[in-house]
Amino acid sequence: MSSGIEPAFAAGTRAASAAAPDDALAYAMRWHAGGDAVALATVTETWGSAPCPVGSMMAVSGSGRIEGSVSGGCVEAAVVQAAQDAIADGAPRRLSFAVSDGSAWSVGLACGGTIKVFVEALQLA
Amino acid sequence: MTPALLGALIEARAHRRPAVLATRLADGSQHLLVEPVGRGMVEMDPRLLDAARTAVRTDRSGTVMLADEEWFLQVHLPAPRLLLVGAVHVAQALAPLAGAVGLAVSVIDPRQGFATEERFPGIPLLRSWPDEALATLGIDSRTAVVTLSHEARLDDPALDAALASEAFYVGALGSRKTQAARRERLRAMGHGEAAIARLHGPVGLAIGAVGPQEIALSIVSELVAVRRGAALGTRLPAP
Repeated sequence: MSSGIEPAFAAGTRAASAAAPDDALAYAMRWHAGGDAVALATVTETWGSAPCPVGSMMAVSGSGRIEGSVSGGCVEAAVVQAAQDAIADGAPRRLSFAVSDGSAWSVGLACGGTIKVFVEALQLA
Repeated sequence: MTPALLGALIEARAHRRPAVLATRLADGSQHLLVEPVGRGMVEMDPRLLDAARTAVRTDRSGTVMLADEEWFLQVHLPAPRLLLVGAVHVAQALAPLAGAVGLAVSVIDPRQGFATEERFPGIPLLRSWPDEALATLGIDSRTAVVTLSHEARLDDPALDAALASEAFYVGALGSRKTQAARRERLRAMGHGEAAIARLHGPVGLAIGAVGPQEIALSIVSELVAVRRGAALGTRLPAP
């Protein structure tokens, strides 16, 4: 349905609002235009005290660039890995993160929240 | 997601058009619905259209189940606007700070030398009288109006228009003493107590702000509190 609409990444997106997910979307388009592979991660569900609301986005490039966030920083590393996997095989991924105990720093949310994240690669077409 | 879809989404946001990105979580297939939602989407499941319309109306992104399929609806609404009347020093501090929390700021001031690109780099400026500027921009429920000029001939017509509108926040810079006089003038303009009670004046949270930057921070803090429904954003009725 988006056929006929030019990918319009122009000065207009700079606009007065700098709030997410504007930046992640704009960076994703810029990286894509520059020839880098791109994946987008989106928060689809939250419970408890999750720092990023549903709809928050993070863009990850094949070369390792990152913009935006899906949590307060606790799960970004795992999401980046999933993003690279999605870029590699083209398949979307659904991730869940929950704090299980005090030692779960590497995979959990320190704040005690639970989030679900959807990760998809930007197609090359 | 395809680059064309991403481009269309960025374009819709840049043009302040409400949009919903619907993603089937099982396989990542997507529809982008740009307001008016549903136009030309005849092949789409009408239940998905209904869900998208509800998501836009309530400004809530989330997951819905349709025929055993899980869809994520991401709502993209235009950024709330903050219209500043009076291109004064506080406005110079406030404009970038408000922009940083996601408000789309415009500055209104007809006076020579105030609303200049040099003083407000990158901020939309309207060098016309506030009542004309506000009528042109249109004040809706996603708009906040704050008067900063300290000049009744600029501030009062703006507050008159703002209090008669659906603006989610109306504030006026000024001391408690000048606020009392301002409220009297607004009563004389025909505003009832319910409308006048909506006025945040003195504007901003009482954080003991000193100087334009701290005053700007107190105003932005109150805007966030009101927008997010925090108790701090609710004022006792003015005396």
